[in-house]
Amino acid sequence: MSDLAHYTRYHPRWYRRRMSVWWWLKDRAYVKFVLRELTSVFVAFFALLYLWQLRALARGPDAYAEFLARLQTPFFLTVDIVALVFVLFHTITWFNLTPTAMVVRMRGKRVPDPIVAGSNYVVWVLVSGIVAWILTRGLK
Amino acid sequence: MSGRFTPLMWTLFSVGGTVAAFLFPVHLFLNGLAFPLGWLDAPSYDALLSLVQHPITRLYLFVMIALPLFHWAHRFRYTLYDGLQLYHLTVFIAVLCYGVALVGTAVAAYTLWNFA
Repeated sequence: MSDLAHYTRYHPRWYRRRMSVWWWLKDRAYVKFVLRELTSVFVAFFALLYLWQLRALARGPDAYAEFLARLQTPFFLTVDIVALVFVLFHTITWFNLTPTAMVVRMRGKRVPDPIVAGSNYVVWVLVSGIVAWILTRGLK
Repeated sequence: MSGRFTPLMWTLFSVGGTVAAFLFPVHLFLNGLAFPLGWLDAPSYDALLSLVQHPITRLYLFVMIALPLFHWAHRFRYTLYDGLQLYHLTVFIAVLCYGVALVGTAVAAYTLWNFA
């Protein structure tokens, strides 16, 4: 055995029981954790989709119209709905974690968690409203 | 990973995550659903073009694309590493994830810089 055994850094192979790749299906909290981690895939998807849209916009009206037609296909509508659900999950879990990640003090007293998390939601609604207003009304 | 790299990536992860949390839902809802399905009127090509040509809009779009890509790279790296137990591929996964984010950032910078 000594010939075959090798250590990867931080992960000694001896005395480790093999764990299934599906370990997280055993408990709802684990499922939630894995889904939360997977939100990053949809974050990247949308960042790249938006970049693609900007490139189409740069190439001219025809290329842009072609891109918009692509967004209307059932495939993209379906993926966008799934992506929106995951992105919202990211937003909610991210905001709810801020009191844990960041302790805010005011006059020496710790600001209660619901207020720290809640202020994120207030700013979120405001920012979303401004963006929506610019893209629907502000450009006329 | 070396001493300075990982803290930098954690910072980009958290800033990018915050940018995505605040801005992505509204943009994804408008561009992915409300405009394609005709719930709301999409801006015309010319109106959108003149908006994007403004330097502040371009800076906004660069931040909105680049930072969330690094958020993804850092989080997905650990998702692959822990979730799929790919312990022997640590370096390969890191290079792949941060590499994709870097290429995306470069393309975004190039595209937005040339939007004149």
